[in-house]
Amino acid sequence: MDFFMNNILNIVCYLPLAGMILIMLMKRENENAIRWVANITAFIGFIVSIPLLTAFYNPRFINANGFRFVYEHSWIPQIGANYKVGIDGISMLLVLLTTLLGSIAVLSSWTAIKDRVKEYYAFLLLLQTGMIGVFISLDFLVFYVFWEVMLVPMYFLIGVWGGPRKLYAAIKFFLYTLTGSVLMLVGILAIYFYQHDIAGIYSFDILAFQKLGFPTDLQFWVFLAFFVGFAIKVPMFPFHTWLPDAHVEAPTAGSVILAGVLLKMGTYGFVRFSLPMFPWATMHFIKPLLILCLIGIIYGGLVAMMQKDMKSLVAYSSVSHLGFVMLGVFAATPVALQGGILQMLNHGISTGALFLIVGVVYERRHTRLISDYGGLSHIMPVYATIFLVMTLSSIGMPGLNGFIGEFFILQGTFAAPGLWIYAALAVIGIVLGAAYMLWLYQRVMFGKLEKEENKALPDLNLREVVTFVPLIILAFWIGIYPTYFTKYLDEPVHAIVERVRADYFKTKNAEIPQLPANSQAAESK
Amino acid sequence: MLKYIWLIPILPLTGSALVGLLGLARLKSSGEKLNKKLVSAIALTSVGIAFLLSVGMVYQLFALQHKEIFSIDLFTWFHSGPLSLAGGGMAEFEVPWGFQLDALSSVMILVVTGVGFLIHVYSTGYMWDDSGYYRFFSYLNLFMFAMLTLVLANNYVVMFVGWEGVGLCSYLLIGFYFDKKSAGDAGKKAFVVNRIGDAGFILGMMLVFVHFGSLRFEEVFSKAAALPVQTGHDYLFWATLCFFIGACGKSAQIPLYVWLPDAMEGPTPVSALIHAATMVTAGVYMVCRSNALYSRAPETMMIVAIIGSLTAIFAATIGFAQTDIKRVLAYSTVSQLGYMFAALGVGAFVGGVFHLMTHAFFKALLFLGSGSVIMAMHHEQDMMKMGGLRKYLPWTFWTMFMGTIAISGIPPWAGFFSKDEILWRAWSNGHPIIWLILWLGAGMTSFYMFRLLFLTFWGKERMDDHTKHHLHESPKNVVYPLAALAVLSTIGGFIGLPGWTGISNKFEHFLEPVLRVPERAEIPAHLASQEPLFTALSVVISLFGIFMAYRFYVAKPGTADRITQKIKWLYSVVYHKYFVDELYDAAIVNRVKGLGTAFYFVDSKIVDGMVNLTAKTTRGTATVSKLFDTYIVDGLVNLVGRISMMLNRVFTSFQTGLVQRYALVAVLGIFVFVLIYYNGLVRF
Repeated sequence: MDFFMNNILNIVCYLPLAGMILIMLMKRENENAIRWVANITAFIGFIVSIPLLTAFYNPRFINANGFRFVYEHSWIPQIGANYKVGIDGISMLLVLLTTLLGSIAVLSSWTAIKDRVKEYYAFLLLLQTGMIGVFISLDFLVFYVFWEVMLVPMYFLIGVWGGPRKLYAAIKFFLYTLTGSVLMLVGILAIYFYQHDIAGIYSFDILAFQKLGFPTDLQFWVFLAFFVGFAIKVPMFPFHTWLPDAHVEAPTAGSVILAGVLLKMGTYGFVRFSLPMFPWATMHFIKPLLILCLIGIIYGGLVAMMQKDMKSLVAYSSVSHLGFVMLGVFAATPVALQGGILQMLNHGISTGALFLIVGVVYERRHTRLISDYGGLSHIMPVYATIFLVMTLSSIGMPGLNGFIGEFFILQGTFAAPGLWIYAALAVIGIVLGAAYMLWLYQRVMFGKLEKEENKALPDLNLREVVTFVPLIILAFWIGIYPTYFTKYLDEPVHAIVERVRADYFKTKNAEIPQLPANSQAAESK
Repeated sequence: MLKYIWLIPILPLTGSALVGLLGLARLKSSGEKLNKKLVSAIALTSVGIAFLLSVGMVYQLFALQHKEIFSIDLFTWFHSGPLSLAGGGMAEFEVPWGFQLDALSSVMILVVTGVGFLIHVYSTGYMWDDSGYYRFFSYLNLFMFAMLTLVLANNYVVMFVGWEGVGLCSYLLIGFYFDKKSAGDAGKKAFVVNRIGDAGFILGMMLVFVHFGSLRFEEVFSKAAALPVQTGHDYLFWATLCFFIGACGKSAQIPLYVWLPDAMEGPTPVSALIHAATMVTAGVYMVCRSNALYSRAPETMMIVAIIGSLTAIFAATIGFAQTDIKRVLAYSTVSQLGYMFAALGVGAFVGGVFHLMTHAFFKALLFLGSGSVIMAMHHEQDMMKMGGLRKYLPWTFWTMFMGTIAISGIPPWAGFFSKDEILWRAWSNGHPIIWLILWLGAGMTSFYMFRLLFLTFWGKERMDDHTKHHLHESPKNVVYPLAALAVLSTIGGFIGLPGWTGISNKFEHFLEPVLRVPERAEIPAHLASQEPLFTALSVVISLFGIFMAYRFYVAKPGTADRITQKIKWLYSVVYHKYFVDELYDAAIVNRVKGLGTAFYFVDSKIVDGMVNLTAKTTRGTATVSKLFDTYIVDGLVNLVGRISMMLNRVFTSFQTGLVQRYALVAVLGIFVFVLIYYNGLVRF
């Protein structure tokens, strides 16, 4: 048990890799056996990640920086690269999201994938290791390796098991994200050599970078380099166009992982690196950044409304939702930032579920066009119920998860000095969200069941219901008692806000420039 | 017992979940529908117990000494780290799952559970033959949960849970007959229009938090009570205005009223419960709940009063020309809600809530009565195909008659007292124009309501023979709720008698503790003495409206047709609801869709076009590079080779082996060097 707890992060991270290797050793004809192995590996992967949550406050595993379960081993001493992993509240929640969505994605593929089963599951499990690795890395080089490792299996998942334009989508996804990551690498090297210049050591230690404090001109350029890398991944307007293509062409499980976890890499990057390392640059660029977020929210919502393909509708809705996430992150008040991080989870849950929902009917009918459906409520009442719950979660119905995140982000941004107008405008996104999601729901579920092909569609089977149950539970749980999750965020969020807005917590009872008492004056400005 | 207040909303929620899950499970396992009797038993029991609990709790609340508000926090809903406030200082962003019971929420829960229970009973009759029976009751119970949460919340955010929850149930129930595209459209329209209002609600909450550091009613209102009245556009103005936008959405006021008439696509009990008696009054409740804020923002109050009175008269005129029985009632609801807001706007918070309550009785009654008519008519809703029904449907007729008198404001029926109170307050608080509008509206109300009554129950029997043969009174479980509501509509007004009667206004006294309005001067004596006169005036205009309706539709039927022939264009405009829906479609809905399409074009052609262009440029560069490589880089190499070959040939020609020639070249060379040296071209 001690061994397990001391190496828990490595176990959580490399268990899927072990499963992958096992699958590689199996005969390709034993498709069901491969499926079982993959499912069991992914499920155990989720189970072993639970102690991260339950033992989170155990003082034995807390290191001085507030990071938990830290494991360090020398890797390439010549350049100062260490294998160092560890988590705080932010990455812990994201790791759990990854292991959960990963096992759901694996389970959802049981009947959907019929050719090259062996390779499919191998890539899916490799992807899992890559994603977990990104969240737990505390060394920039390790981080970068995992960041790139993740690209490869996703490229193949889209390129091999995807839809008709899979090659275009896969190459676009790969090149686009690779461009971003190369720029990020340049940024990493810049701060790496800067550290050597002033401290005389070569090290990739992320926590050390966070404490370093960079001069403003360096912050300016490295922030921009990181920005491109992360903004492509998020994706923020105008770097988002790879997303609809990738989503539309990817197989269901690929979309679930892509939306649920991969996009969070970008937002996580901003939270973990850009904000604490380049606080000056963050505040310097805050207005243009927030404007990009607003464009994402409103523009994404409007474009989503006019989509004819269910998956691309959900993909554009992601652009809008991630606009909210980034709004909260950049506003950088405790409430907004916490909301932004919580909304990462919420988006993973609700959009992950929505892609599963599309996948259910896609598997039955092999079309994603909204106009090919209609009236499904008549024959699929269970499906209708789950679809409705997830639609409501996505549009931020209070009592469900989405509302908490959105409300935190809005209120936190609204109360940030001088940023109230951004929150006020972002509210438009909430109206649009209801419009495009309910219109989708109406066109798919309501009306007469007219199409012959749809008349015999079976309702969800047990396996499919099982894939949704944990997401529904989480949606209600976060909606009704988010404190259970947000309490893990208090500490890291506090630390980040303190770095970005240096005197935020010192201004108690001090005069703060705020919403002018006479708001008309604000309008005339 | 009061600490179990949360049971009141939770009971119907449990009922909803039970009915829904049992229904789904049974449908899934055996393909059969859930037993209808079991469904009714669960649904009715949960609401019935909630009603009894409400009565008990209200009784207990007033048994407490010096405790006008009972508030309890169950557990922290969310909590996050401090936010800076507008006035300086910081506050934790914390909201509990908390409920409170006071006079105002007492009125609301009694109305909601009481009327709600009657409508549940009615629905067992009305919906009996529907294949979606279990789905209907699951939604209806869920609605009760949301509505009760809305009125029992002790902070704005829990209230917002109910606020959105009722919107959701409204969406589900309007779209209950989801076969029909119109039903689905109407549901979506209701939700989206409400969402516009909700955006206002959210903005209001954010403003309240940054100025008061809390979203709990007790804290916000007690802080607000210490504030002076803010004239001008200060933050109270903006906060209350934002909340009012929310109220406009939920309570169907101009310009967001358009969803309510369409909401009549839902089953009739839904129209009665949600779109007349309870949900649509949520905005009135919310404004009244926030009276501490509103009464300190006189400019918002003026806007509320103006919007309310305009809606009252505008919707009433549309009611003149509608022939669908439920649509008349829908516009009537919009109009009556306008009265309530006008009341709030002129500062008569009690009057607004009073009218809310009496309206819940008589409008629920009228809708249920119309449902009974519609059932008898085999789902025909056009009044032009009815007539003379009073013979066939005596119970329905008499109860609806009571409701019509009540809404028309004839003493001593309930509507008289509440409407009279509003009109009087409008005048005595110094808003003569608003009084005039509402006074005219009162006459119009009695006109269109008696028009409805006369067209339906009097005159020639205009239905076809088949329908006529099958006309019969509705079953008991439909009739009893009608009778109960008729009794309430008749006597419900006596708890709020006007001042000149000399009997104290019990309702006003009851609601006193909730009001935190700034002190205002007493009504001067010369005004107070006018009160009986104004009561008489409102009775007169109501009677005039009835008289006109009688003339038009009973005494000389056909008069209305002749008049509409004369002013055909005006009639057409009113009949088409002033083309507001068309205007909104053209000016907003289609614009937004167009914007979406345009953005999508931009996205795929320009934003993505840039990406693809980059890709193409890269490929193009690669091709050029390849050409460059083949012809220039490699070409250079080859060129060097070729040049050396050429030079080779040139130099070969020098090496002739003839010594004389070598000597000649050597001498020439020396000569050239000397020449260069002496001309200063080269210095050694």
